[in-house]
Amino acid sequence: MKKYLAFFRLRFSMGLQYRAAALGGLVCQFFWGAMAILAFKAFYDTDSAAFPMSLPAMSSYIWLQQALLTLLSMMGIDNEFFNVIENGNVAYELCRPVNVYGMWFTRSAATRVSNALLRCIPVLIVTALIPAPYGLMAPPDLFTFLAFLVSLTFALAVITAMGMIVYMITFHTITPRGVRLIAVNICDFFSGGIIPLPFFPEGFRQFTELLPFSATANVPLRIYSGDLQGPEMVKLMLLQVFWAAALILAGKLIERKELTRVTIQGG
Amino acid sequence: MLKLYGKYFAIHLKSAMQFKGSFFTSLIAQFLTSFSVFLGISFMFQRFHRVADFTYEQVLLCYGIMLMGFSMAQLFASGFKVFDSMIANGQFDRILCRPRNEIFQVLAHRIDFVRLGMLFQAIVMLIYGLCACHVDWNFLRVLTVILMILGGFILFSALFLLDGSIAFFTLQGLEFMNVFTYGAIEHGKYPIAIYGKEMLTFCTFVVPYALVQYYPLTYVLSRSEQLWYIFLPLAACLFAVPCWVLWRIGVHKYKSTGS
Repeated sequence: MKKYLAFFRLRFSMGLQYRAAALGGLVCQFFWGAMAILAFKAFYDTDSAAFPMSLPAMSSYIWLQQALLTLLSMMGIDNEFFNVIENGNVAYELCRPVNVYGMWFTRSAATRVSNALLRCIPVLIVTALIPAPYGLMAPPDLFTFLAFLVSLTFALAVITAMGMIVYMITFHTITPRGVRLIAVNICDFFSGGIIPLPFFPEGFRQFTELLPFSATANVPLRIYSGDLQGPEMVKLMLLQVFWAAALILAGKLIERKELTRVTIQGG
Repeated sequence: MLKLYGKYFAIHLKSAMQFKGSFFTSLIAQFLTSFSVFLGISFMFQRFHRVADFTYEQVLLCYGIMLMGFSMAQLFASGFKVFDSMIANGQFDRILCRPRNEIFQVLAHRIDFVRLGMLFQAIVMLIYGLCACHVDWNFLRVLTVILMILGGFILFSALFLLDGSIAFFTLQGLEFMNVFTYGAIEHGKYPIAIYGKEMLTFCTFVVPYALVQYYPLTYVLSRSEQLWYIFLPLAACLFAVPCWVLWRIGVHKYKSTGS
């Protein structure tokens, strides 16, 4: 456990080094969030009866999504391991007397947390100051906020485990180009990155909620905005736990198979 | 010049075909990128049927035209997107030594064939939009659509050029420039007017997206009889001039960085 903590700390302080890049990212996120909210607002003005969330809940969803982008989306996947697989340095990783899965899992989770901590605080502060219904609202009550935090942890486990499977596939294809982007697209769409899941057609939404992708950003963001409550919330959180366990198990199984025949690229 | 470009084209195509597996997965990935946005639009319209006073078919026509210009710019002008690394590794020094225009060489340096995946999506949506929009097609309307696509292509290429020019001064690409390219294509799927008056003003006078999208579109859909809207995409091409000037200043001031 201690060595994993050390990996976590190291990665965390490395991530905090790139402040200028983070600032550029912030500008993008504000613009992106504002445009998305304006577009949804246009739909709301056209036909408010068909709008499945309340307007403030939708704004909170979008801002929180932007704030936690590197934490919860496939886009936040740590590119270092792709490079390592492609240029052959993976040999060094395999030499270490630690389990590769555990080591990479903690390191990529740490990258996500450090990137997100740096980026989310300014976004959260500024968007909380924007007046309703466009700004980030406070969570409805303390219990909702605690449920949000728990679900956030589960979501981090699921997305990191999913990222591990993408790495394992890259062991096979060597180049991450294509594979990475396909994973980003699929995960982004089914986790409510393009439009939140409540906007999906009935039936298709219920199907999507069972997939592992929706066990990532979808659940915590909708809990925070008050869209997800009661037994429905408990059900989706239990699904998160199930998917986290299933994906970690699947990842470990693939790891065992892939690592028996790794090809090292380069010298 | 055209013959030389043809040679570069053939070489890039050959090298892309060397890694067929990687090429086709990237092609599919590019297609999925725009397809997921399309699915999002479809889902929204199943629920709402229209946005402001635009129907589903009209929005698809709008997105098809924009995506066509954007993916063509990505295909042909993406040399500027890797320009910061060309400066960093000294490749630009080599370019300056050769007796050809440097913009031409940067353009020829990278032809990104995987963008064809996105272009395919754009063509399908454009054709669907053209057929389903109940527009009484005549010469002027067809001309408008062609000018919109061309204008979009030039505008996005100019933005890539601007992105590259900035690398002369910062030595590194700036992430916020993505807002003007990726952000614009993501949010330019809807006619810009739905984002409100301020956004429309910004997209008319600062970065002229609206000149290749919203205004000519109103003419195509017979919402406006202003004939001069047809030629607004040409005015949008003027955006390339300051970008080019900045590029010239950059080249003039350029000091080699690397090995």
